[in-house]
Amino acid sequence: MKPQVPGEEIPVLRKEAVGKLQLLRYAGASGDDNLIHTDVETARAVGLPNVIAHGMLSMGFLGQLLTDWAGAGAVRRIAVRFSRMVHLGDRLTCRGVVQETLAQDGGWLVRLLVYAENEAGERVTEGDAEVFLAGSDRA
Amino acid sequence: MEIDRSLVGRTSDPEVCEVERGAIRRFAEAIGDTEPLHLRGEIAPPSFPTTFRGGLPGLEFDKKRILHAGEEYRHRRPLRAGDVLHVSRRVEDVFVKQGSLGAMTFIVLAAEGRDPFGELVYESRQTIIYRQEAGA
Repeated sequence: MKPQVPGEEIPVLRKEAVGKLQLLRYAGASGDDNLIHTDVETARAVGLPNVIAHGMLSMGFLGQLLTDWAGAGAVRRIAVRFSRMVHLGDRLTCRGVVQETLAQDGGWLVRLLVYAENEAGERVTEGDAEVFLAGSDRA
Repeated sequence: MEIDRSLVGRTSDPEVCEVERGAIRRFAEAIGDTEPLHLRGEIAPPSFPTTFRGGLPGLEFDKKRILHAGEEYRHRRPLRAGDVLHVSRRVEDVFVKQGSLGAMTFIVLAAEGRDPFGELVYESRQTIIYRQEAGA
């Protein structure tokens, strides 16, 4: 049974603390070589205490939230705002809340609000998404 | 460089981007994704088009002056290993907002990827905030 009722939450994704190795790997894999994410001197030169995560890494987490629930290839749209910086060591929790479900192409298009929050409960990255669920196994 | 509305409509020539299995795999691993189809490099995660780095002619930003404000992807179908996409980019909008830190210039960069037959595969929209020279 898949939650498709407005207000229902999809399974939460709790990520491990953002570490330097992850930022190095994400910089390499994404091609975003802005040193503010990987070099502490560069980060300090702009007044930050340490390197900060790529906003796009948190968007990647929200993509994972959705594909963990709906499967690879199910995301039709994802749009986010980067509201706050993600610092080294932050542990992000990703959540999705169903807004509406529409019958489409023999399946269901589910619109959701999605967000990632830090341990202080602040939403660092938030937005909305559309996910296609094949079949007619509506809950 | 001065960023203003004269940039709106500026477009890049299409660039050929190949979706490589290893690139999908490294991207999924970096995120800490656990989806087997991502980790095997068969289907790309939703934000994978961020790996198609490319710019617009004559448009260069000082990285110290930019903030990434938002990002959007719309997929007509999933991206798969072996896909060859023709990616073109354009400046969709430039506008100024008054914020608590003074005037901020917002730039919206749109991109689209088409298959070799010209079918639309994905669209993206990136919003960045550019801090102009002091006094701006």
